[in-house]
Amino acid sequence: MSSKDSTKRTLIVAFSLCVVCSIIVSGTAVTLKPMQDANRILDRNKNILSAAGLFDSQQDGDEVVAERFSQFSTYVIDLNEQRVLGEEQLEQLQIDIDGYDQRLVINDPNYSEALERQEDIANIKRRVIYPMIYVVAENEEIETIVVPVSGYGLWGILYGFLALEGDANTVKGLAFNELKETPGLGAEVRNPRWTALWPGKKIYDEAGEVGLRVIKGQGSGDYQIDGLSGATLTTRGVDNLIQYWLGDDAYGPILAQLRETGLQTND
Amino acid sequence: MSSVKQILLTPLFENNPIALQILGVCSALAVTTQLSVTLVMCIALTTVTAFSNLFISMIRNQMPSSIRIIVQMTIIASLVIAVDQFLQAFAYEISKNLSVFVGLIITNCIVMGRAEAFAMKNPPVLSFLDGIGNGMGYSLVLIVVASIRELFGSGSLLGFQILPLIENGGWYQANGLMLLSPSAFFIIGFFIWAVRSVKKDQVEAREFRMASQSTPDGAF
Repeated sequence: MSSKDSTKRTLIVAFSLCVVCSIIVSGTAVTLKPMQDANRILDRNKNILSAAGLFDSQQDGDEVVAERFSQFSTYVIDLNEQRVLGEEQLEQLQIDIDGYDQRLVINDPNYSEALERQEDIANIKRRVIYPMIYVVAENEEIETIVVPVSGYGLWGILYGFLALEGDANTVKGLAFNELKETPGLGAEVRNPRWTALWPGKKIYDEAGEVGLRVIKGQGSGDYQIDGLSGATLTTRGVDNLIQYWLGDDAYGPILAQLRETGLQTND
Repeated sequence: MSSVKQILLTPLFENNPIALQILGVCSALAVTTQLSVTLVMCIALTTVTAFSNLFISMIRNQMPSSIRIIVQMTIIASLVIAVDQFLQAFAYEISKNLSVFVGLIITNCIVMGRAEAFAMKNPPVLSFLDGIGNGMGYSLVLIVVASIRELFGSGSLLGFQILPLIENGGWYQANGLMLLSPSAFFIIGFFIWAVRSVKKDQVEAREFRMASQSTPDGAF
Protein backbone atom coordinates (compact mmCIF):
# COMPACT_ATOMS: atom_id res chain seq x y z
CA MET A 1 0.00 0.00 0.00
CA SER A 2 1.58 3.24 -1.12
CA SER A 3 1.58 6.19 1.29
CA LYS A 4 -1.10 8.09 -0.63
CA ASP A 5 -3.56 5.24 -0.13
CA SER A 6 -3.22 5.06 3.65
CA THR A 7 -6.35 5.63 5.72
CA LYS A 8 -4.90 8.72 7.34
CA ARG A 9 -4.03 10.24 3.97
CA THR A 10 -7.48 9.42 2.60
CA LEU A 11 -9.16 11.20 5.49
CA ILE A 12 -6.91 14.24 5.18
CA VAL A 13 -7.55 14.57 1.45
CA ALA A 14 -11.31 14.09 1.87
CA PHE A 15 -11.47 16.65 4.66
CA SER A 16 -9.40 19.34 2.96
CA LEU A 17 -11.27 18.85 -0.30
CA CYS A 18 -14.57 19.36 1.50
CA VAL A 19 -13.30 22.54 3.15
CA VAL A 20 -11.96 24.02 -0.09
CA CYS A 21 -15.04 23.13 -2.12
CA SER A 22 -17.47 24.42 0.48
CA ILE A 23 -15.57 27.72 0.62
CA ILE A 24 -15.80 28.05 -3.17
CA VAL A 25 -19.50 27.18 -3.28
CA SER A 26 -20.59 29.33 -0.36
CA GLY A 27 -18.29 32.14 -1.47
CA THR A 28 -19.85 32.43 -4.92
CA ALA A 29 -23.36 31.95 -3.56
CA VAL A 30 -23.00 34.67 -0.92
CA THR A 31 -21.17 37.24 -3.05
CA LEU A 32 -23.51 36.86 -6.00
CA LYS A 33 -26.74 36.75 -4.00
CA PRO A 34 -27.48 40.51 -4.11
CA MET A 35 -27.18 40.49 -7.90
CA GLN A 36 -29.36 37.40 -8.20
CA ASP A 37 -32.02 38.92 -5.97
CA ALA A 38 -31.96 42.12 -7.98
CA ASN A 39 -32.34 40.09 -11.17
CA ARG A 40 -35.26 38.17 -9.75
CA ILE A 41 -37.08 41.29 -8.64
CA LEU A 42 -36.36 43.04 -11.94
CA ASP A 43 -37.72 40.04 -13.80
CA ARG A 44 -40.83 39.97 -11.64
CA ASN A 45 -41.49 43.69 -12.01
CA LYS A 46 -40.93 43.46 -15.75
CA ASN A 47 -43.60 40.79 -15.95
CA ILE A 48 -46.03 42.72 -13.82
CA LEU A 49 -45.52 45.65 -16.18
CA SER A 50 -45.93 43.56 -19.29
CA ALA A 51 -49.11 41.99 -17.89
CA ALA A 52 -50.44 45.51 -17.44
CA GLY A 53 -49.36 46.39 -20.98
CA LEU A 54 -46.71 48.84 -19.81
CA PHE A 55 -43.62 46.99 -20.96
CA ASP A 56 -42.66 45.59 -24.35
CA SER A 57 -39.61 43.36 -24.20
CA GLN A 58 -38.90 44.02 -27.89
CA GLN A 59 -38.55 47.77 -27.45
CA ASP A 60 -38.05 48.64 -23.82
CA GLY A 61 -34.83 48.14 -21.94
CA ASP A 62 -34.37 47.30 -18.28
CA GLU A 63 -33.78 50.93 -17.36
CA VAL A 64 -37.46 51.91 -17.69
CA VAL A 65 -38.67 49.21 -15.32
CA ALA A 66 -37.99 50.96 -12.02
CA GLU A 67 -39.63 54.22 -13.08
CA ARG A 68 -42.74 52.61 -14.56
CA PHE A 69 -43.09 50.23 -11.66
CA SER A 70 -43.07 53.09 -9.17
CA GLN A 71 -46.73 53.85 -9.95
CA PHE A 72 -47.73 50.49 -8.52
CA SER A 73 -48.50 50.08 -4.84
CA THR A 74 -47.87 46.64 -3.44
CA TYR A 75 -50.28 45.03 -1.00
CA VAL A 76 -50.24 41.69 0.72
CA ILE A 77 -53.57 39.94 1.03
CA ASP A 78 -54.78 37.07 3.16
CA LEU A 79 -56.57 34.47 1.05
CA ASN A 80 -58.13 32.64 3.97
CA GLU A 81 -59.54 35.71 5.68
CA GLN A 82 -60.12 37.44 2.34
CA ARG A 83 -58.76 40.82 3.29
CA VAL A 84 -55.97 43.19 2.46
CA LEU A 85 -53.43 43.17 5.26
CA GLY A 86 -52.55 46.37 7.08
CA GLU A 87 -49.20 47.30 8.53
CA GLU A 88 -49.90 45.85 11.94
CA GLN A 89 -50.85 42.47 10.54
CA LEU A 90 -47.81 42.46 8.29
CA GLU A 91 -45.68 43.06 11.32
CA GLN A 92 -47.33 40.19 13.14
CA LEU A 93 -46.62 37.92 10.23
CA GLN A 94 -43.08 39.29 9.96
CA ILE A 95 -43.56 40.27 6.34
CA ASP A 96 -41.37 43.09 5.15
CA ILE A 97 -43.11 44.18 1.99
CA ASP A 98 -39.91 45.23 0.17
CA GLY A 99 -38.02 42.05 0.84
CA TYR A 100 -40.97 39.66 0.76
CA ASP A 101 -40.94 37.17 -2.09
CA GLN A 102 -43.98 34.93 -2.12
CA ARG A 103 -42.22 32.44 -4.37
CA LEU A 104 -39.65 31.74 -1.65
CA VAL A 105 -42.16 30.89 1.08
CA ILE A 106 -44.19 28.33 -0.85
CA ASN A 107 -42.94 25.51 1.36
CA ASP A 108 -43.01 27.44 4.61
CA PRO A 109 -46.02 26.23 6.64
CA ASN A 110 -46.33 29.64 8.30
CA TYR A 111 -47.07 31.30 4.99
CA SER A 112 -48.49 28.60 2.78
CA GLU A 113 -50.86 25.66 2.91
CA ALA A 114 -51.46 22.39 1.10
CA LEU A 115 -54.54 22.28 -1.08
CA GLU A 116 -57.17 19.56 -1.00
CA ARG A 117 -57.33 17.58 -4.18
CA GLN A 118 -60.87 18.57 -5.12
CA GLU A 119 -60.32 22.30 -4.57
CA ASP A 120 -56.96 22.25 -6.34
CA ILE A 121 -58.28 22.91 -9.85
CA ALA A 122 -55.01 24.42 -11.03
CA ASN A 123 -53.06 21.40 -9.75
CA ILE A 124 -50.50 23.40 -7.80
CA LYS A 125 -50.50 21.26 -4.60
CA ARG A 126 -49.61 24.20 -2.35
CA ARG A 127 -50.48 27.86 -2.32
CA VAL A 128 -49.12 30.88 -0.52
CA ILE A 129 -51.75 32.23 1.86
CA TYR A 130 -50.38 35.76 1.64
CA PRO A 131 -49.80 36.66 -2.01
CA MET A 132 -48.83 40.12 -3.14
CA ILE A 133 -51.10 42.13 -5.39
CA TYR A 134 -50.12 45.26 -7.25
CA VAL A 135 -52.46 48.18 -7.67
CA VAL A 136 -52.35 51.42 -9.61
CA ALA A 137 -54.76 53.95 -8.15
CA GLU A 138 -55.26 57.60 -8.80
CA ASN A 139 -57.30 59.64 -6.30
CA GLU A 140 -58.76 56.53 -4.66
CA GLU A 141 -59.87 55.37 -8.12
CA ILE A 142 -58.37 51.98 -8.92
CA GLU A 143 -57.01 51.79 -12.46
CA THR A 144 -55.16 48.50 -12.58
CA ILE A 145 -54.98 45.42 -10.40
CA VAL A 146 -52.26 42.82 -11.03
CA VAL A 147 -52.49 39.45 -9.33
CA PRO A 148 -50.01 36.55 -9.43
CA VAL A 149 -51.37 33.31 -10.87
CA SER A 150 -49.95 29.83 -11.23
CA GLY A 151 -51.12 26.51 -12.57
CA TYR A 152 -49.85 23.22 -13.90
CA GLY A 153 -49.45 23.03 -17.66
CA LEU A 154 -47.88 20.10 -19.48
CA TRP A 155 -44.39 19.81 -17.98
CA GLY A 156 -44.55 21.95 -14.90
CA ILE A 157 -46.16 24.88 -13.14
CA LEU A 158 -46.61 28.10 -15.09
CA TYR A 159 -46.12 31.26 -13.05
CA GLY A 160 -47.42 34.55 -14.27
CA PHE A 161 -49.39 37.69 -13.64
CA LEU A 162 -52.90 38.64 -14.68
CA ALA A 163 -53.73 42.34 -14.94
CA LEU A 164 -57.29 43.61 -14.56
CA GLU A 165 -58.87 46.98 -15.15
CA GLY A 166 -60.14 49.01 -12.19
CA ASP A 167 -63.55 47.31 -12.44
CA ALA A 168 -61.83 44.06 -11.31
CA ASN A 169 -63.60 42.31 -14.14
CA THR A 170 -62.09 43.33 -17.47
CA VAL A 171 -58.78 41.70 -18.40
CA LYS A 172 -55.93 44.05 -19.14
CA GLY A 173 -53.32 41.44 -19.95
CA LEU A 174 -51.56 38.23 -19.01
CA ALA A 175 -47.85 37.48 -18.82
CA PHE A 176 -46.06 34.33 -17.75
CA ASN A 177 -42.56 34.70 -16.43
CA GLU A 178 -41.70 31.14 -15.64
CA LEU A 179 -42.74 27.99 -17.43
CA LYS A 180 -41.42 24.66 -18.58
CA GLU A 181 -43.73 24.22 -21.58
CA THR A 182 -42.53 22.97 -24.97
CA PRO A 183 -40.85 25.77 -26.93
CA GLY A 184 -42.84 26.59 -30.04
CA LEU A 185 -45.98 24.86 -28.76
CA GLY A 186 -46.99 25.37 -25.14
CA ALA A 187 -44.41 28.10 -24.57
CA GLU A 188 -46.34 30.17 -27.11
CA VAL A 189 -48.46 31.34 -24.16
CA ARG A 190 -45.82 34.06 -24.06
CA ASN A 191 -46.23 34.93 -27.72
CA PRO A 192 -47.43 38.55 -27.90
CA ARG A 193 -49.85 37.55 -30.64
CA TRP A 194 -51.58 35.17 -28.25
CA THR A 195 -51.52 37.40 -25.19
CA ALA A 196 -53.04 40.11 -27.39
CA LEU A 197 -56.27 38.05 -27.37
CA TRP A 198 -56.75 38.70 -23.64
CA PRO A 199 -57.23 42.44 -23.14
CA GLY A 200 -60.90 43.45 -23.05
CA LYS A 201 -62.23 40.01 -22.12
CA LYS A 202 -64.53 39.82 -19.09
CA ILE A 203 -64.00 37.44 -16.21
CA TYR A 204 -67.27 37.29 -14.27
CA ASP A 205 -70.61 36.58 -15.94
CA GLU A 206 -73.93 38.03 -14.79
CA ALA A 207 -74.29 35.46 -12.04
CA GLY A 208 -70.89 36.51 -10.67
CA GLU A 209 -69.27 33.20 -11.59
CA VAL A 210 -65.99 32.94 -13.50
CA GLY A 211 -67.19 32.90 -17.10
CA LEU A 212 -63.88 33.35 -18.89
CA ARG A 213 -62.76 30.19 -20.66
CA VAL A 214 -59.84 29.26 -22.84
CA ILE A 215 -61.43 27.03 -25.47
CA LYS A 216 -60.62 24.99 -28.53
CA GLY A 217 -61.57 26.70 -31.75
CA GLN A 218 -62.31 30.31 -32.51
CA GLY A 219 -63.08 32.15 -29.31
CA SER A 220 -65.81 34.73 -29.63
CA GLY A 221 -67.55 37.21 -27.41
CA ASP A 222 -66.41 38.60 -24.09
CA TYR A 223 -65.83 35.31 -22.33
CA GLN A 224 -63.92 33.10 -24.76
CA ILE A 225 -60.28 32.91 -25.70
CA ASP A 226 -58.99 30.83 -28.59
CA GLY A 227 -56.65 28.18 -27.14
CA LEU A 228 -53.24 27.47 -28.65
CA SER A 229 -53.28 24.80 -31.32
CA GLY A 230 -50.88 21.94 -30.66
CA ALA A 231 -50.81 22.79 -26.97
CA THR A 232 -54.02 21.30 -25.60
CA LEU A 233 -52.66 20.53 -22.14
CA THR A 234 -50.98 23.91 -21.70
CA THR A 235 -54.19 25.59 -22.81
CA ARG A 236 -56.16 23.50 -20.34
CA GLY A 237 -53.65 24.48 -17.65
CA VAL A 238 -54.18 28.17 -18.38
CA ASP A 239 -57.94 27.64 -18.33
CA ASN A 240 -57.67 25.85 -14.96
CA LEU A 241 -55.55 28.55 -13.41
CA ILE A 242 -58.07 31.20 -14.42
CA GLN A 243 -60.93 29.13 -12.95
CA TYR A 244 -59.00 28.58 -9.74
CA TRP A 245 -57.36 31.91 -9.03
CA LEU A 246 -60.33 34.06 -9.96
CA GLY A 247 -62.81 31.76 -8.27
CA ASP A 248 -64.27 31.93 -4.78
CA ASP A 249 -61.40 30.08 -3.12
CA ALA A 250 -58.76 32.55 -4.25
CA TYR A 251 -59.02 36.14 -5.47
CA GLY A 252 -62.78 36.16 -6.20
CA PRO A 253 -63.97 37.70 -2.91
CA ILE A 254 -61.07 40.17 -2.70
CA LEU A 255 -61.77 41.37 -6.23
CA ALA A 256 -65.45 41.75 -5.35
CA GLN A 257 -64.45 43.88 -2.34
CA LEU A 258 -62.21 46.05 -4.49
CA ARG A 259 -65.05 46.50 -6.96
CA GLU A 260 -67.60 47.48 -4.35
CA THR A 261 -65.77 49.32 -1.62
CA GLY A 262 -62.42 50.19 -3.16
CA LEU A 263 -59.14 49.47 -1.54
CA GLN A 264 -59.26 49.21 2.25
CA THR A 265 -56.70 47.69 4.48
CA ASN A 266 -58.02 46.05 7.64
CA ASP A 267 -56.03 47.21 10.58
CA MET B 1 3.64 22.45 -29.60
CA SER B 2 2.12 19.95 -31.95
CA SER B 3 0.81 17.98 -29.00
CA VAL B 4 -0.99 21.09 -27.71
CA LYS B 5 -2.60 21.57 -31.09
CA GLN B 6 -3.46 17.92 -31.20
CA ILE B 7 -5.08 17.99 -27.77
CA LEU B 8 -7.17 20.99 -28.73
CA LEU B 9 -8.21 19.86 -32.20
CA THR B 10 -8.65 16.08 -32.15
CA PRO B 11 -11.88 16.29 -30.10
CA LEU B 12 -13.46 18.32 -32.90
CA PHE B 13 -13.70 15.61 -35.55
CA GLU B 14 -11.18 12.83 -34.87
CA ASN B 15 -12.46 12.00 -31.43
CA ASN B 16 -15.61 14.02 -30.93
CA PRO B 17 -17.17 13.35 -27.52
CA ILE B 18 -20.70 13.28 -28.95
CA ALA B 19 -20.14 11.90 -32.44
CA LEU B 20 -17.57 9.19 -31.68
CA GLN B 21 -17.85 8.52 -27.97
CA ILE B 22 -21.63 9.14 -27.91
CA LEU B 23 -21.40 10.95 -24.56
CA GLY B 24 -23.40 13.93 -23.37
CA VAL B 25 -26.29 13.33 -25.77
CA CYS B 26 -28.93 14.08 -23.12
CA SER B 27 -28.17 17.77 -22.90
CA ALA B 28 -27.60 17.91 -26.66
CA LEU B 29 -31.27 17.04 -27.07
CA ALA B 30 -32.57 19.28 -24.35
CA VAL B 31 -30.92 22.65 -24.80
CA THR B 32 -30.73 22.97 -28.57
CA THR B 33 -34.07 24.56 -29.45
CA GLN B 34 -32.58 28.07 -29.32
CA LEU B 35 -29.09 28.96 -30.42
CA SER B 36 -28.55 31.60 -27.72
CA VAL B 37 -29.34 29.15 -24.94
CA THR B 38 -27.09 26.55 -26.57
CA LEU B 39 -24.14 28.93 -26.71
CA VAL B 40 -24.39 29.62 -22.99
CA MET B 41 -24.65 25.90 -22.27
CA CYS B 42 -21.54 25.28 -24.40
CA ILE B 43 -19.57 27.94 -22.56
CA ALA B 44 -20.74 26.55 -19.21
CA LEU B 45 -19.80 23.00 -20.11
CA THR B 46 -16.42 23.98 -21.58
CA THR B 47 -15.59 26.00 -18.47
CA VAL B 48 -16.54 23.18 -16.15
CA THR B 49 -14.64 20.54 -18.14
CA ALA B 50 -11.52 22.68 -18.42
CA PHE B 51 -11.37 23.66 -14.76
CA SER B 52 -12.35 20.26 -13.42
CA ASN B 53 -9.56 18.77 -15.52
CA LEU B 54 -7.17 21.42 -14.23
CA PHE B 55 -7.95 20.92 -10.55
CA ILE B 56 -8.14 17.16 -10.74
CA SER B 57 -4.84 17.02 -12.55
CA MET B 58 -3.26 19.31 -9.95
CA ILE B 59 -4.11 16.96 -7.10
CA ARG B 60 -3.86 13.72 -9.07
CA ASN B 61 -0.71 12.62 -7.24
CA GLN B 62 -2.30 13.24 -3.84
CA MET B 63 -5.58 11.56 -4.64
CA PRO B 64 -6.14 8.27 -2.80
CA SER B 65 -7.47 5.78 -5.34
CA SER B 66 -10.17 4.51 -3.00
CA ILE B 67 -12.05 7.83 -3.01
CA ARG B 68 -10.94 8.94 -6.47
CA ILE B 69 -14.41 9.12 -8.05
CA ILE B 70 -15.95 10.91 -5.07
CA VAL B 71 -13.17 13.50 -5.12
CA GLN B 72 -13.71 14.09 -8.83
CA MET B 73 -17.46 14.39 -8.39
CA THR B 74 -17.06 16.85 -5.53
CA ILE B 75 -14.81 19.08 -7.61
CA ILE B 76 -17.11 18.90 -10.63
CA ALA B 77 -20.22 19.54 -8.54
CA SER B 78 -18.66 22.58 -6.84
CA LEU B 79 -17.67 24.03 -10.22
CA VAL B 80 -21.14 23.47 -11.64
CA ILE B 81 -22.77 25.19 -8.68
CA ALA B 82 -20.38 28.13 -9.09
CA VAL B 83 -21.17 28.38 -12.81
CA ASP B 84 -24.90 28.18 -12.08
CA GLN B 85 -24.59 31.00 -9.54
CA PHE B 86 -22.71 33.14 -12.06
CA LEU B 87 -25.36 32.55 -14.70
CA GLN B 88 -28.13 33.51 -12.28
CA ALA B 89 -26.27 36.71 -11.48
CA PHE B 90 -25.16 37.75 -14.97
CA ALA B 91 -27.44 36.00 -17.46
CA TYR B 92 -30.72 35.59 -15.60
CA GLU B 93 -33.00 35.11 -18.62
CA ILE B 94 -30.84 32.38 -20.10
CA SER B 95 -30.28 30.69 -16.78
CA LYS B 96 -34.07 30.53 -16.47
CA ASN B 97 -34.26 28.84 -19.87
CA LEU B 98 -31.50 26.37 -19.09
CA SER B 99 -33.10 25.66 -15.71
CA VAL B 100 -32.13 22.21 -14.60
CA PHE B 101 -29.63 21.49 -17.36
CA VAL B 102 -26.82 23.55 -15.89
CA GLY B 103 -27.11 21.44 -12.76
CA LEU B 104 -27.08 18.33 -14.92
CA ILE B 105 -23.59 19.16 -16.22
CA ILE B 106 -22.52 17.32 -13.04
CA THR B 107 -23.74 14.09 -14.54
CA ASN B 108 -22.53 14.87 -18.05
CA CYS B 109 -20.34 11.94 -18.99
CA ILE B 110 -17.92 14.13 -20.92
CA VAL B 111 -16.74 15.92 -17.78
CA MET B 112 -16.32 12.76 -15.77
CA GLY B 113 -14.87 10.89 -18.75
CA ARG B 114 -12.15 13.45 -19.38
CA ALA B 115 -11.32 13.62 -15.67
CA GLU B 116 -10.82 9.87 -15.50
CA ALA B 117 -9.27 9.33 -18.89
CA PHE B 118 -7.01 12.35 -19.23
CA ALA B 119 -6.63 14.54 -16.15
CA MET B 120 -5.66 11.63 -13.88
CA LYS B 121 -2.66 10.86 -16.07
CA ASN B 122 -1.49 14.22 -17.45
CA PRO B 123 -0.06 17.49 -16.13
CA PRO B 124 -2.42 20.40 -15.32
CA VAL B 125 -1.89 22.66 -18.35
CA LEU B 126 -2.38 19.87 -20.86
CA SER B 127 -5.43 18.68 -18.93
CA PHE B 128 -6.88 22.17 -18.99
CA LEU B 129 -6.41 22.31 -22.76
CA ASP B 130 -7.93 18.88 -23.12
CA GLY B 131 -10.99 20.16 -21.28
CA ILE B 132 -11.21 23.15 -23.62
CA GLY B 133 -10.79 20.88 -26.65
CA ASN B 134 -13.50 18.47 -25.57
CA GLY B 135 -15.76 21.33 -24.64
CA MET B 136 -15.26 22.66 -28.17
CA GLY B 137 -16.02 19.26 -29.65
CA TYR B 138 -19.28 19.18 -27.68
CA SER B 139 -20.01 22.79 -28.61
CA LEU B 140 -19.45 22.11 -32.31
CA VAL B 141 -22.15 19.44 -32.41
CA LEU B 142 -24.55 21.45 -30.26
CA ILE B 143 -24.15 24.58 -32.35
CA VAL B 144 -24.79 22.65 -35.58
CA VAL B 145 -27.87 20.98 -34.07
CA ALA B 146 -29.19 24.20 -32.55
CA SER B 147 -28.69 26.21 -35.76
CA ILE B 148 -30.68 23.69 -37.75
CA ARG B 149 -33.37 23.35 -35.10
CA GLU B 150 -33.85 27.05 -34.54
CA LEU B 151 -33.73 27.92 -38.23
CA PHE B 152 -36.27 25.33 -39.34
CA GLY B 153 -38.29 25.17 -36.11
CA SER B 154 -38.76 28.88 -35.51
CA GLY B 155 -37.40 30.43 -38.72
CA SER B 156 -34.86 32.45 -36.76
CA LEU B 157 -31.24 32.38 -35.64
CA LEU B 158 -30.18 33.87 -32.30
CA GLY B 159 -33.67 35.34 -32.16
CA PHE B 160 -33.41 37.23 -35.47
CA GLN B 161 -36.14 36.23 -37.90
CA ILE B 162 -34.56 34.80 -41.06
CA LEU B 163 -37.40 32.83 -42.59
CA PRO B 164 -40.61 34.89 -42.21
CA LEU B 165 -43.29 32.67 -40.68
CA ILE B 166 -46.74 32.23 -42.19
CA GLU B 167 -48.30 33.19 -38.83
CA ASN B 168 -46.62 36.56 -39.12
CA GLY B 169 -47.49 37.09 -42.76
CA GLY B 170 -44.44 35.42 -44.33
CA TRP B 171 -44.10 32.25 -46.38
CA TYR B 172 -42.34 29.76 -44.12
CA GLN B 173 -44.32 27.07 -42.32
CA ALA B 174 -42.34 26.25 -39.20
CA ASN B 175 -41.45 22.60 -38.74
CA GLY B 176 -42.87 21.63 -35.36
CA LEU B 177 -40.78 18.46 -35.14
CA MET B 178 -37.63 20.57 -34.97
CA LEU B 179 -38.82 22.01 -31.67
CA LEU B 180 -39.18 18.59 -30.07
CA SER B 181 -36.28 16.57 -28.73
CA PRO B 182 -36.45 13.66 -31.23
CA SER B 183 -35.33 15.97 -34.07
CA ALA B 184 -31.98 16.40 -32.31
CA PHE B 185 -31.55 12.63 -32.47
CA PHE B 186 -31.98 12.72 -36.23
CA ILE B 187 -29.61 15.65 -36.67
CA ILE B 188 -26.94 14.10 -34.44
CA GLY B 189 -27.40 10.88 -36.41
CA PHE B 190 -26.84 12.70 -39.69
CA PHE B 191 -23.84 14.51 -38.18
CA ILE B 192 -22.28 11.20 -37.14
CA TRP B 193 -22.99 9.77 -40.60
CA ALA B 194 -21.33 12.77 -42.26
CA VAL B 195 -18.25 12.59 -40.04
CA ARG B 196 -17.90 8.86 -40.58
CA SER B 197 -18.30 9.08 -44.34
CA VAL B 198 -15.26 11.34 -44.43
CA LYS B 199 -13.28 9.61 -41.70
CA LYS B 200 -13.84 5.96 -42.55
CA ASP B 201 -11.67 4.70 -39.69
CA GLN B 202 -14.40 5.77 -37.22
CA VAL B 203 -16.83 3.27 -38.68
CA GLU B 204 -17.26 0.50 -36.14
CA ALA B 205 -16.95 -3.13 -37.07
CA ARG B 206 -20.28 -4.89 -37.34
CA GLU B 207 -21.24 -6.81 -34.27
CA PHE B 208 -23.43 -9.22 -36.15
CA ARG B 209 -24.57 -9.92 -39.63
CA MET B 210 -28.12 -10.70 -40.65
CA ALA B 211 -28.68 -14.20 -41.98
CA SER B 212 -29.57 -14.37 -45.64
CA GLN B 213 -33.27 -14.57 -46.31
CA SER B 214 -34.86 -17.97 -46.46
CA THR B 215 -36.84 -19.01 -49.51
CA PRO B 216 -40.58 -19.64 -49.14
CA ASP B 217 -39.86 -23.37 -49.29
CA GLY B 218 -37.40 -23.18 -46.46
CA ALA B 219 -39.91 -21.43 -44.22
CA PHE B 220 -41.99 -24.54 -43.80
